[in-house]
Amino acid sequence: MAVIETRNLSYTYPGATKPSISDVSLKVEKGDFVLITGPSGCGKTTLCRCFNGLIPHFYQGELKGEITVAEKDVTKHQTHEMAKHVGLVFQNPENQLFALSIEKDVAFGLENLGFSREEMRKRVDWALNLTGIYDLRERSPHEVSGGQQQRVAIASVLAMQPEIIVLDEPTSFLDPLSAEKIFQVIHELNQTLGITVVLVEHRLDLTARYANHIIIMDEGKVCSDGGTREILCAEETRIIGVGIPKATLLYKLLGNEGMNLGDVTPLSSDEMAKLLLEAFGRR
Amino acid sequence: MIVVEGVRFTYSGGVEALRDVSLTVKDGEFVAIMGQNGAGKTTLVKHFNGLLKPSKGTVRIDGVETTKTSIAKLSRTVGFVFQNPDHQLFSETVEEEIAFALKNFGFEEEVIQKQITWALNLLSLTQYRKTSPFMLSGGERKRVALASVLAWDPQILIMDEPTIGQDHEQKEKLRQFIVQLQAQEKTVVIVTHDVEFVAECNPRVVLMKEGKIVADGKGKDILTNLEALAQSSIVLPQIAQIFTQLAPLGLSRNVIDIYEAKDILLQAWGRRRT
Repeated sequence: MAVIETRNLSYTYPGATKPSISDVSLKVEKGDFVLITGPSGCGKTTLCRCFNGLIPHFYQGELKGEITVAEKDVTKHQTHEMAKHVGLVFQNPENQLFALSIEKDVAFGLENLGFSREEMRKRVDWALNLTGIYDLRERSPHEVSGGQQQRVAIASVLAMQPEIIVLDEPTSFLDPLSAEKIFQVIHELNQTLGITVVLVEHRLDLTARYANHIIIMDEGKVCSDGGTREILCAEETRIIGVGIPKATLLYKLLGNEGMNLGDVTPLSSDEMAKLLLEAFGRR
Repeated sequence: MIVVEGVRFTYSGGVEALRDVSLTVKDGEFVAIMGQNGAGKTTLVKHFNGLLKPSKGTVRIDGVETTKTSIAKLSRTVGFVFQNPDHQLFSETVEEEIAFALKNFGFEEEVIQKQITWALNLLSLTQYRKTSPFMLSGGERKRVALASVLAWDPQILIMDEPTIGQDHEQKEKLRQFIVQLQAQEKTVVIVTHDVEFVAECNPRVVLMKEGKIVADGKGKDILTNLEALAQSSIVLPQIAQIFTQLAPLGLSRNVIDIYEAKDILLQAWGRRRT
């Protein structure tokens, strides 16, 4: 079942001369872990803003086409209604943090939905622990580092346990090890709770291994859409200038030189190392 | 030249962010400062243009102590690009943003226009000349911030997390541009978490942890040093991760470059055949 579906979706920001996304038709199935990538300025963030109704309810401008998220026509449901189904983590955490303490920020969405005090406590602590910021809970979100702010933003969305989580470069300020931990947490939520994940990322080295589905955008349009392994192995993908994981690229480079490592494209260094050890072992 | 000697720095809240840091960066060097969040990387580079002054120790830029000059004067030599472009952008159009510092430094109008055109072109921003920086994407705003600093052609360029939000192509352009700067004997210091970018550039790497420098050397050596990286919460670049796991094949572990990796593997593969 598709939890997100767009048909010929186009959107132009007020005052802009050309659309930021144009004629986007895509489907995201329930339980998918979708990676959206493409050159900067290609419309990824704009598309995310459509998923929870920020476009068209908050941003003016012109929206054409159809968009259904969690069986709701986004154009007819306000952002606060969509928020029950879709959690959005912004690129810049400062744009979404506002409370006096980190735990109040994480509790805010739950308060609005009228959760009981105990349930709120439980969920807030769970989200703070998952993102590794439990010890910071009484600090102000504005006095912690950019990376820690990103964790707060992610915790706020996780606490709501929405059906769909949309993350727009959620770990750009985090060091790679912390980023990897966050991606693992998101991957686990996807696997165990079946939460649909839409992740916007340039760094496929860190993220491709978690995604079963990848969408590549360029100049506001979808130019590739399909299974992660097939798409990342395709020659066109390299031409668009997507940062293919080094492990995948090495597999391709060796393949071009006649060193055949099998048909399953590796997405991580672990997978690639295993293929190499097997190949050398066979000799 | 940047000379840091015995620098300690404590924030007003009492947090000691730098604990006895000494470091020399020569003209024309390209240095990547790496380490986990809160290691003191940004605090250190903010000392290079006098935004922060050491609580103890000294920082000298071309022989001048940063406590004995102004940020305005230092800025002419040391260009600083912030991590978050929104902390630095404020003008109505991209063009005005870039012109701002040039005007302050007293350049002639003709030179200003020339420099703007050059910087916009370099960072693929020409089409946004008259656009508000706040209409642009995160990655584009980051490039506007970079353009506004590059435009005045500083001798030393400091970039805090320059690759955040940049796609593959822009990163490659940035890499080539840094190579160009080095050819002109300019000094480039970046603070970054992006191990793959560092692996591609192979600069000198300075690793920090809890306010101290814990390793300093060639990118290739530091980025394949498991112990040093683990204690700084840095993940190995993918190629190094692969070669670490290939230990049973008896290949060198000291590899971060994909083309070198390809050659080594093909050679080993050929040897097996014969």
